[in-house]
Amino acid sequence: MKSNHYSIFTLLREALRGQTGWRPVWRNAQPQPAYDVVIVGGGGHGLATAYYLARRYGIHRVAVVEKGWIGNGNIGRNTTIIRSNYLLSGNIPFYECSMKLWEGLEQDINYNAMVSQRGVLNLFHNDAQRNAYTRRGNAMRLHGVDAQLLDTEAVRQKLPFLNYDAARFPILGGLLQKRGGTVRHDAVAWGFARAADRLGVDIIQNCEVTGIRMHAGRAVGVETTRGFIGAGHVGLSCAGNSSRVAAMAGLRLPIESHVLQAFVSEGLKPFIDCVVTFGAGHFYISQSDKGGLVFGGDIDGYNSYAQRGNMPVIEDVCEGGMALMPRIGRVRLLRHWAGLMDMSMDGSPIIDRTPVDNLYLNAGWCYGGFKATPASGLCFAHLIARNEPHPVATAYRLDRFGRGAVIDEKGMGAQPNLH
Amino acid sequence: MRLNCPCCGPRGIEEFTYRGDATVHRPGMDAPAHAWVDYVYLRDNPDGWHRELWYHGAGCHAWLVVTRNMRTHEIADVVRAVDVARQARENAGS
Repeated sequence: MKSNHYSIFTLLREALRGQTGWRPVWRNAQPQPAYDVVIVGGGGHGLATAYYLARRYGIHRVAVVEKGWIGNGNIGRNTTIIRSNYLLSGNIPFYECSMKLWEGLEQDINYNAMVSQRGVLNLFHNDAQRNAYTRRGNAMRLHGVDAQLLDTEAVRQKLPFLNYDAARFPILGGLLQKRGGTVRHDAVAWGFARAADRLGVDIIQNCEVTGIRMHAGRAVGVETTRGFIGAGHVGLSCAGNSSRVAAMAGLRLPIESHVLQAFVSEGLKPFIDCVVTFGAGHFYISQSDKGGLVFGGDIDGYNSYAQRGNMPVIEDVCEGGMALMPRIGRVRLLRHWAGLMDMSMDGSPIIDRTPVDNLYLNAGWCYGGFKATPASGLCFAHLIARNEPHPVATAYRLDRFGRGAVIDEKGMGAQPNLH
Repeated sequence: MRLNCPCCGPRGIEEFTYRGDATVHRPGMDAPAHAWVDYVYLRDNPDGWHRELWYHGAGCHAWLVVTRNMRTHEIADVVRAVDVARQARENAGS
């Protein structure tokens, strides 16, 4: 049975009849023998792909196969930031497409994802950084994306408590994208799952893919812990584990799995009303609607599938926080956790066909996948439905490494040689 | 995580810099382009035991080959990279 449509009227109706009419948000689907498309991985990107396949491309016989449960992976482990402040022309249109999808998402999927365009402010601390951020802001504006360069005073008015006059890293200003902000990450998973389910997509949880069945060089389905599922097309959307799953089809990817930690403090009264990033270290912070400070920094820097990190990075992140805003020094850490990052070798994602017919790959999101969720889903759905890249994702090719066409946005990737 | 450096004994990982997969080898200068693409970009990225390079920058400056489990972070073996290279040369020569 389909989940309810959510509106003020359903809310009132349920209030009057004792909340007895709410139906499950998605069905507990059992695997069917075959589908037109099977998406491996029920994270944000996989669910978004299934949703857009059904919604925009009219493909309703779709299954999302997830080894754990919806919301357990990186969609529930990120720091909820959305932004489109990119520099390179291969990236800006894609991330701006994503930002526009975020702006209409809640109406589109009939789910409150708490999209909050509270602004993303990247601070700079020396002249070279000011030049770099000016260039970035200009690139954004040339692509029709909003960007504002703030000087020290403008930043001080917005965030009076930062450490402005530090001898080593004085705050000279910042690049502000007002349309950036945060989104309730779990609600993105649940909202896409529910919206896809309402369009007939089967979401199959606790069903691990153990192999990709091939016939005459084509992918024809997936072997799972709950039996074989036939598929016209197979889409891999399992960032963090992309190498493992792609290896089932004999592919070797330009990806290493790394671990990234994130943190949340005890709840405080509201005092940070935007997302702030420190330019002199790797530290970014925002305040959730519950009041907790949500922050993070670097990846741990070594290969890992462990979903937990080590102490030196925790120390490094907290040092960054103290350098930027000394007033958080007495705030207690409430929780910290880690997720697995598909670190691609140039720091940019892959949405492409593979050398195996009917097998498609969505991978390599590094630590920037959350903001891309809707556009990644849309572009991957486009690729699977039309067998050609979406116009805003033409640069995300798997063969770009061999062609020397890497997308080197910030000199990052698995071995950034930057830190 | 702590690495048991063969020269310095057990030390915290903040003393070391990770330098990636130790099983890839630089191809010969006359190797075809795809061999270089493999070497520079492609990785096995195994979910299990992984041989990897660490550099002891805040200690003895040795390059180490560490055998570490990706799932548990358990460390099975730490040897000096020069010893691994020497062994490989001897094996090739014999």
